[in-house]
Amino acid sequence: MFRDSGHLIRPALVFLAGLGMFLVIRAAVVPKHFGQYGHYRPGALDLVRQRPIAYAGQDTCVMCHDDVGKTRAAGKHAHVACEGCHGPLAKHADDPAALTPKLPDVATLCVRCHEKDAAKPKNFPQVVSAEHSGGALCNSCHQPHSPQL
Amino acid sequence: MIPGVDGFMYPNEVELQWSLLIVLYPFITGLVAGAFILASLERVFKVEAVRPTYRLALLTALSFLLVAPLPLQLHLGHPERSFEMYLTPHGSSAMAMFGFVYLWYLMVVLLVEVWLEFRPEIVRLSKSTTGLRRLIYRLLTLGSDNVSPAALRIDDKVGYAVTVIGIPSAFLLHGYVGFIFGSVKANPWWSTPLMPIVFLFSAMVSGIAAVLLLYVVSMKVRRAPIDMRCLDTVAKYLFYTFVIDFTLEMLDLIHRTYESDESFRSLDFMVHTRLWGSQVILQIVLGTLAPLVILAANQLWRFTEAARRKMYVAACSLTMIGIFAMRWNVVIGGQLFSKSFLGYTTYKMGFATREGLLPAILLMLLPFAIFFVLSNLLPPWEKTEKA
Amino acid sequence: MDIDRRDLFKIGGKLLVLASIGATLEQLTGSEPPSDAYKMADHWWGMIIDIDKCIGCGNCVRACSNENSVPDGYFRTWVERYQIEESGQPHVDSPDGAMHGFPLPTRADLKSFFVPKLCNHCADSPCVQVCPVGATFVSPDGVVLVDETYCLGCRYCVQACPYGCRYLHPEKNTVDKCTLCYHRITKGLTTACCENCPTQARQLVDFKNPKDPVHAFLRENKVEVLKPYMATRAKVYYKDLDGAVR
Repeated sequence: MFRDSGHLIRPALVFLAGLGMFLVIRAAVVPKHFGQYGHYRPGALDLVRQRPIAYAGQDTCVMCHDDVGKTRAAGKHAHVACEGCHGPLAKHADDPAALTPKLPDVATLCVRCHEKDAAKPKNFPQVVSAEHSGGALCNSCHQPHSPQL
Repeated sequence: MIPGVDGFMYPNEVELQWSLLIVLYPFITGLVAGAFILASLERVFKVEAVRPTYRLALLTALSFLLVAPLPLQLHLGHPERSFEMYLTPHGSSAMAMFGFVYLWYLMVVLLVEVWLEFRPEIVRLSKSTTGLRRLIYRLLTLGSDNVSPAALRIDDKVGYAVTVIGIPSAFLLHGYVGFIFGSVKANPWWSTPLMPIVFLFSAMVSGIAAVLLLYVVSMKVRRAPIDMRCLDTVAKYLFYTFVIDFTLEMLDLIHRTYESDESFRSLDFMVHTRLWGSQVILQIVLGTLAPLVILAANQLWRFTEAARRKMYVAACSLTMIGIFAMRWNVVIGGQLFSKSFLGYTTYKMGFATREGLLPAILLMLLPFAIFFVLSNLLPPWEKTEKA
Repeated sequence: MDIDRRDLFKIGGKLLVLASIGATLEQLTGSEPPSDAYKMADHWWGMIIDIDKCIGCGNCVRACSNENSVPDGYFRTWVERYQIEESGQPHVDSPDGAMHGFPLPTRADLKSFFVPKLCNHCADSPCVQVCPVGATFVSPDGVVLVDETYCLGCRYCVQACPYGCRYLHPEKNTVDKCTLCYHRITKGLTTACCENCPTQARQLVDFKNPKDPVHAFLRENKVEVLKPYMATRAKVYYKDLDGAVR
């Protein structure tokens, strides 16, 4: 019965074989649990969570440096994070001897926030540094952890 | 000040993400769709006059389709992971459908149709050649040497059915590329429901023009006579398709200008400055209006054969440039302006880099090399010349 | 040589068996991921930003860059400065994303302010919608993340994001973006940017926490998300956002 159309079965078989191979490969290669929470590999959540932490967070800093913490809490910089000025120090928090933090450069640090600028909120403390201190470093008058005079 | 940036761009927008290779990809799939539609003109719509280009169009479509995924692979950050689109396709992503549409079109439409069309030659050559060629032909027969009149009649019926399925498949193959752009609400240059249709008709225009050019060149190379009735008919269908394409693009332009929404001023400025050369000069004037005038002239007046041949070749060459420019303007143009509508950037094209000009040129030459091999294996002319 | 129906069924049957074995294998292998103290279902993360508190110091940009090893020239977060003419025409700049603040002074005669920007972790995210393979996704606790072992680097998501918050990592060749410091917030810390903001202009919020300040914030203030007409259900809410902000 298939004498004159029998040849058509052949490409069909080639396709079926291809489909079969594809399904086997797919079963072997698709990541485990793919689709568990949505159309993605749930292992990705763990991958992102495993990234190293660079900033310890102020709550961690005051655990050891509670004296500075108290000074800061009583002043205008109460809500300025330690690492906002001192840089990322999770490594130091993990092992204080392994990383000794360098003191920030006062000449460039303070003006980044406090240089007067029209776009800053009016009630934010800001000065024209050239007129304000006549070239003297900010910490020659202001104590950084409790800066109000 | 960032070099190449005027005004303000979001910091991550300065660098273009989709490069020359992404311009190339819709151009290539467009040629595939267009060539196939031309082939279907004869097979399904019984336009006898274009019969001489039937097999040529099939092989053209196949040559370009085989190259189509390559610019995408070169563009991917991780081409080795591209198989993931088959393993875990994301149902909401138009791009995920690419793998399956491509595979469907390649396997079921193009390969089956080419096989059915060339079976008599394949079987004959599997018996008459020797050595490596014989092995290739024997593999291509898939083990069957039944070319009796009854079998060939069945082939013809099945081929007809495949072509009928193939027409919407060709539309899908290229239409979804337009949808990939047209459905991005974040980009006002791309986001329009007209995009798939504009892409499709410009694809048909470029495909028909490509087949016409290839036909003329092939006949010249083989020193064989050009069937003018065929050429005139192809040019006529090119003209009709081009009119529709032009209308659609003008509709998009007029609509945008009239509605004049938030994005309009920024886009308008971009067209008048950074896209002036590629959009107004290359795409519209040289690539659309000039060929339309040439083709229209041939519908109104009768020129000599030699003049008509020259005009068709000129019109088709300009068309190919124009359609390429259109892809460029869509892809590159869509990334030259900021989504804040406050600035513009510049496209820095490399030369011998992964996504540079050199690989693009090589990728455009590759289909012709493949076509040369295919037409050597599966001669597109014997059938018509015997008749 | 023709194949008859019996052969066809034999071959087809073998292929079907192969396929079913494959599918079953996939279901059987592997075990459940281990549970820990952080339950994703208890959280729905977002951020609130108070424009009137931002001083454009760029601490957040530097902190994010340090915390997440953000490559030079690319930004997971950045601050824009707006200087607005009376006509409403804005002049916007963001020098190196405000990594070093804003060195050039602002014009005193124009309305001006700073706008910190980051990924909005949209609940109806267009970037997630277009990813062809499932490499980017909204986590069960509302954070839009990228699976860098799965991303192809096709950059469709970069095109689809209306806010310009994604980029291709130049070394990894995968797409990268703000993760809302997922590695920190799942351990009870706040994001690097919020931690280091000296004026608390930026604050991490958890909509599922009944004691979170976000509830009072949304109730008592005029708030807006960026590009609300994009309908992305963005979860970064701005207080006192000017209409000129793009």
